Amino acid sequence: MRYSAFRILTEALRGNRGWTPAWREPDPKPEYDVVIIGGGGHGLATAYYLAREFGIRNVAVLEKSWLGSGNIGRNTTIIRSNYMLPGNEPFYEFSMKLWEGLEQDFNYNAMVSQRSILNLFHSDPQRDAFVRRGNAMILAGADAELADQAQLRHELPFLDFDNARFPIKGGLYQRRGGTVRHDAVAWGYARGADSRGVDIIQNCEVTGFDIKDGKCLGVQTTRGAIRAGKVGVCVAGSSGRVMAKAGMRLPIESHVLQAFVTEGLKPVLPGVITFGAGHFYVSQSDKGGLVFGGDIDGYNTYAQRGNMPVIEDVAEGGMAIMPMIGRARLLRSWGGLMDMSMDGSPFIDRTHIDGLYFNGGWCYGGFKATPASGYCYAHLLARDEPHPTAIQMRLDRFRRGNLIDEKGQGAQPNLH
Amino acid sequence: MIIPHPLLGPRDAAEFVYLGDAMLIDRPDPDAPDAAEAFHDYMYLRDNPAGPHRELWYHEQGDRSWLVVTRDTTTHEILSAELARDVALAQGRDR
Repeated sequence: MRYSAFRILTEALRGNRGWTPAWREPDPKPEYDVVIIGGGGHGLATAYYLAREFGIRNVAVLEKSWLGSGNIGRNTTIIRSNYMLPGNEPFYEFSMKLWEGLEQDFNYNAMVSQRSILNLFHSDPQRDAFVRRGNAMILAGADAELADQAQLRHELPFLDFDNARFPIKGGLYQRRGGTVRHDAVAWGYARGADSRGVDIIQNCEVTGFDIKDGKCLGVQTTRGAIRAGKVGVCVAGSSGRVMAKAGMRLPIESHVLQAFVTEGLKPVLPGVITFGAGHFYVSQSDKGGLVFGGDIDGYNTYAQRGNMPVIEDVAEGGMAIMPMIGRARLLRSWGGLMDMSMDGSPFIDRTHIDGLYFNGGWCYGGFKATPASGYCYAHLLARDEPHPTAIQMRLDRFRRGNLIDEKGQGAQPNLH
Repeated sequence: MIIPHPLLGPRDAAEFVYLGDAMLIDRPDPDAPDAAEAFHDYMYLRDNPAGPHRELWYHEQGDRSWLVVTRDTTTHEILSAELARDVALAQGRDR
């Protein structure tokens, strides 16, 4: 069923009796061309682009819980392509371009709002670093705009420009950045994939891989064995747990990232704002709540909840740039699991096991990457060669010395 | 989280810095013929288990000792804490 204004009018006249479920609930078939493990944003996007762009429709998406129950429902909804390194920036800019056409493409209102993202800087050296990053972004076809303090005082008068410790000297804008209604991304991709023949199988946990003579032939699940031409793992946050079933150790640790939302307030934040001297980012949802977050907790965990010291640290970051946030009451906080990789960058690659593919290591930047991650993973699964924008996101890059280390922190996952 | 420090008693985890898997104590032999491969695995690959995990915590805001803490990564329950020095000595390291 195609959604449109005309359809809403027609349904209103017919008592809204014509609406049908957005996707089916099929039982698993014994065999598929491609089985994707993980029914989150990236897994559903992969299935969508496999069917839409690469003509592979005999596909199943296996989800251990309900559709979109992981990080696609737990993030702070920010989209941006303000990276610097050649291994990253073309990929994230590709993602941004897919976001820009997404709603028309999959005929679903994902509330893509390019309300801008602003990275504040607090010193002259940081300004220089941001100018360099802005230039790298422009070279990769993205947009970047340097704003000085006078401009920001006019646009965002509530910021604490004269903070004694971290005065705000200006910021780097990406006007095309913004926010997206995160759940609708999962629902839109699910609906688009389902309508092209993809089976989305919920409450179906993978319990093992059928690997024979170095080739993956299928998976064992709580709903029976499923044979597959190719198996694509797409479970960032739980990658360690799932790939251990295939006997693989990964350059990844699982960590928890917390996020927060305040009570609904009148419109105050025009876009996304990030603190340059600590780790804090904030935007305002369409319901009015201030949605914000900061650092990961910093220790290995598979529990989807964090601890108090990080909540305090995030709150301090917020107070440092916009003291008025102290008057807002916190409504909820929650946690999601991050695949923290050894250089802070992701993987979209084959494994050493024939027919087994891996997508993960998204650290805490997976949401903005959803469309390009799905597209590039589908490209790899369909053609057995990486998409040009994801060519450096290889599992063996540490062995070859080709790290993609945006922050230059080295092999210390909790610092990325 | 409260870490039961073997010398100082219960201490808030916020006083510590986290390094990662305690297998980092077992540095490979740099003179071995397969040293490059062994150091790649040592430096970059992790077991990353869901369940009990032996890990290194540094008491930076306290007595600056390194601890090996055994903690359940699915519940955050801390099962034990030992001085990393004792663990290394027991494994045959000279310090």
